[in-house]
Amino acid sequence: MKQFLKTAMHNRSFATGIVITCFIVLMAAVSFIWTPYDVTNLDITAKLKAPYGSHWFGTDHFGRDIFSMIMVGARNSIAVALAAVIIGVGIGVPVGCWAAARGGQLDEVLMRGNDVVFAFPSLLSAAMIAAVFGPGAINAIIAIGIFNIPVFARLSRGAALTLWPRDFIMAARAAGKNKTRITIEHIIPNMANVLIVQATVAFALGIILEAGLAYVGLGTQPPTPSWGKMLNEAQTMMSFAPHMAVIPGLAIVISVLGLNLLGDGLRDVLDPRLSRKRD
Amino acid sequence: MILFLIRKILWAAATLAVASVLVFAALEIVPGDPAQVMLGINATDDAIAALREDLGLNKPALERYFSWIFGLLQGDLGKSYTYSVAVRELVADRITISLPLALLALVMSTAIAIPVGLYAATKRGSIADTTIMAVTQVGYAIPNFWLALLLVYILAIWLQLVPAGGFPGWDGGLVPALKALFLPAVSLALPQAAILSRITRSALLDTMGEDYIRTARAKGLSFRATIWKHALRNTMIPVLTILGLQFAYLLAGTIVIENVFYLPGLGRLIFQAIALRDLIVVESAVMMLVATIILINLVVDLAYLWADPRLRHGRP
Amino acid sequence: MRTMKKLIAAAMVTTALAPVVLAGQALAAKTSLVMGMALEPPHLDPTAGAPAAIDEVVYANVFEGLTRIGSKGEVLPALAESWDISADGKTYTFKLRQGVKYHDGSDFNADDVKFSLDRARAEGSTNAQKALFAGIDSVSVGDANTVVVQLKSPAGNFLFNMGWGDAVIVASETADGNKANPVGTGPFKFGSWVKGSSVNLVKNGDYWGTPAALEKATFRFISDPAASLSAMLAGDVDAFANFPAPETVPQLQADPRFKVVIGSTEGETILSTNNTKPPFNDVRVRRAIAHALDRQAIIDGAMFGQGTPIGTHFAPHHPAYVNLVDRYPMDLEAAKKLLAEAGHPDGFKATLKLPPPTYARRGGEIIAAQLRKIGIDLETIQVDWGVWVPEVFKAKDYDLTIVSHTEPMDISIYSRKEYYFNYSSDAFNSVIEKLNATTDEAGRYELMAQAQKIISEDAVNGFMFQLAKTGVWNAKVNGLWENSPVQANDLTGVSWSD
Repeated sequence: MKQFLKTAMHNRSFATGIVITCFIVLMAAVSFIWTPYDVTNLDITAKLKAPYGSHWFGTDHFGRDIFSMIMVGARNSIAVALAAVIIGVGIGVPVGCWAAARGGQLDEVLMRGNDVVFAFPSLLSAAMIAAVFGPGAINAIIAIGIFNIPVFARLSRGAALTLWPRDFIMAARAAGKNKTRITIEHIIPNMANVLIVQATVAFALGIILEAGLAYVGLGTQPPTPSWGKMLNEAQTMMSFAPHMAVIPGLAIVISVLGLNLLGDGLRDVLDPRLSRKRD
Repeated sequence: MILFLIRKILWAAATLAVASVLVFAALEIVPGDPAQVMLGINATDDAIAALREDLGLNKPALERYFSWIFGLLQGDLGKSYTYSVAVRELVADRITISLPLALLALVMSTAIAIPVGLYAATKRGSIADTTIMAVTQVGYAIPNFWLALLLVYILAIWLQLVPAGGFPGWDGGLVPALKALFLPAVSLALPQAAILSRITRSALLDTMGEDYIRTARAKGLSFRATIWKHALRNTMIPVLTILGLQFAYLLAGTIVIENVFYLPGLGRLIFQAIALRDLIVVESAVMMLVATIILINLVVDLAYLWADPRLRHGRP
Repeated sequence: MRTMKKLIAAAMVTTALAPVVLAGQALAAKTSLVMGMALEPPHLDPTAGAPAAIDEVVYANVFEGLTRIGSKGEVLPALAESWDISADGKTYTFKLRQGVKYHDGSDFNADDVKFSLDRARAEGSTNAQKALFAGIDSVSVGDANTVVVQLKSPAGNFLFNMGWGDAVIVASETADGNKANPVGTGPFKFGSWVKGSSVNLVKNGDYWGTPAALEKATFRFISDPAASLSAMLAGDVDAFANFPAPETVPQLQADPRFKVVIGSTEGETILSTNNTKPPFNDVRVRRAIAHALDRQAIIDGAMFGQGTPIGTHFAPHHPAYVNLVDRYPMDLEAAKKLLAEAGHPDGFKATLKLPPPTYARRGGEIIAAQLRKIGIDLETIQVDWGVWVPEVFKAKDYDLTIVSHTEPMDISIYSRKEYYFNYSSDAFNSVIEKLNATTDEAGRYELMAQAQKIISEDAVNGFMFQLAKTGVWNAKVNGLWENSPVQANDLTGVSWSD
């Protein structure tokens, strides 16, 4: 591990990415015990203040401290995107591995099932899920999670297919292990690198999608602060309070950038074969 | 090859069929009654029942599903509950905005990304390359709707250079219509261009590393000629995959962007119809969108055939 | 019952309902006007639907009635040139205007009046306001230009009722097609309808009266407050009768290109409470909520200062209004004490369902924060009107909700059985009964005052503020209504100055 970090920190993408990501995660974690102001407490008299001394990022139309909201919003973005990645990995990887192990008709059917899911843009499925169950963070998680499933299914299927003909798997089969066991003991550990890289990318995409859903009113509901919701509220106030739109947007860009860099760095470090083409 | 084609088309049809069941089933369990919404709270229960009967909502779900599907197959998308006009008309109006917008964004992003990506690959390691890589790295972290908000603020509200939004209709002439679609398309295209140029760059670098390219180079073919004659076609395979995915993403992305620029596109029609419980419109409009995406995927699959001769034989 | 129409009208003020859209173009020429509206009408037949958006497009512009309502709420002659009322007040003889043609070229005559009124009051009528016609006993045609309406009993407001959008005169040949292709007698003809975007009207060259100054009028539908602002700033829209983004008003006021007219509506914006659902069935809990509300903060935060605080369900500009704002001053200690007395010293959890308008969505967040201070933990649930109407209004499946009741003089809804507040008070009911039987003004005002005090005393709902009406239009546009006695955008007198 120590060795890994030592090599990894020499990779510029990884180093920058991990610093940004840790910073965002730390901010979210700190928000559980401390924020400069209480985000549920409205102070109408202090509304729409541009960034200044006691409110670093200014205040919103309810007089809430935007810095505190960004902190709590980070928590929300991370929670939704992470949960969606877990759904994607949790369902997609078994499906992909199963398809690869069995092959034939089952493989075909499972992969075509993926096509069906792929045909529904996440926003569209979110809108329909919201219509059925009402808007909210949980439904945003489901919508983004559904979108993640085929991504991981395809990836793990592809990875598993290249692993099955390998000698050590053949050896395991010869030893009489069944397919499920081989998948769990050999296939999945050997594709972990690829999955970790993809999970980082999906995490980043999840943050953008969550913000988009919240922006159109289908995501996290008030009073929970969310970056997308903050952008939605800022829209009519841009001409006199541009900080309300600029700051949450920057928060999204920085987090996504951090995660993408981390993903790139991980790819380089974990899989030198792939990094050849990327320098 | 014919077999491959037929197989692909059959799968696309099956995907559509499954999607239609999903859409229909989802809307079956949506709470809220279209008849109630249409008549408002003044309505008596009798009137609501009569309207439900009139709209055919009292028939069994299976019967309604099949009449909807048979209608779709004959090009009849049903009649909107709230507007009492053919859904086809509504959808046709909207798709002539969403589709051109997505296409325009796709063209823009391709036009920017491919030259930039190729350039970066040929100048690999240079300052230009590093800069392009850094800019694109940031570019694809930017949510398109936020970019749209900033563009509206700067170009429309502050500098008043372009309209803040709206759509004059295609009847008003090509130029004003394209002008109205320009900012939305840019907002959609730029983040996508960032991804696409990175992919183009690495695809070309990959191809350049292949043996046959090295051979060509060894035979004395110039760098430029090698790229044009041999590398480009293979570079296009991953690029095509991404283009297909991107088009679906752009089409979906128009839903949010339509919000920022208040364009009367398909996405807004769907949102509006969901709110009014105009289920037939939702069903048909969603199916149109899904069908477009499936069709695009099919086209991408076929484009592989062109790009990769190996695929013409045997199973992909 | 006109409440729904009014509720939807209220929604117009600040709605962010389904994203309805508009198509914008360059600044209008001097003879065309683009009017912004929040909601798109479902169809264009005012005799067959409740939504106010229908009237807001076609009333006085496309369709006319026997009478019409002027900008100050006065009754003016329209298709009826004049009328005679019999001594017993039961027989109205209308003398119709001659030479009036429908937009399709056919002639208007007495048969159309009889057809329209009979159609509206018929058994299977789809008219949303059948009550307007309930008093009619018979309609008979005197000659081509005379119609006699016989009432069951005298009704002082009959001529006013005939001026409603629901009572416009239509031709029998075209009546069934009016939803998609309205054919009326007004100064504007229906041009086209781009669904989801706009309705276009064009000048009627053969109009019987003073022709309209505008050649073309477009109604654009923009529900999104942000988009409304962009449209106004970009000049895509010339006027909004109800501008949906109050936060941008100072900016618009400061801009010499625009004229901003802020008036009051008939909309009492209240925190509607389910009076039979525990713990809200306890008056102490409702009073605690009343004490916890900071009305000025709600008005400032949600409506950016636009709105007048109210302490009961009555319009402050009405002469019979009693100022009860101080009945429950903001007092958190008193509120906590009342909650403790009611057996909830640590507060409780409840839900707050919020329909789409800004006053509800933003107001809801503020109220949730305010009630949290006394331990009431509200879960805010955003709902479409499509869910709000059946769930909250019909099935009464809610704890708290926020809505603006914009019907004029609607305090009597508190005496309605099974109204969604689930409030029932014998004392209040008897006051309303007396009110209905009282004719002298002083007596009526006294009873109205009593009624206001009873519901305030019972803290039936959280009374918040009177909704403001924010009209915004291009400073060069003249002749738009500054008040809205009926839901309409009467464009007959609208013109541009240079």
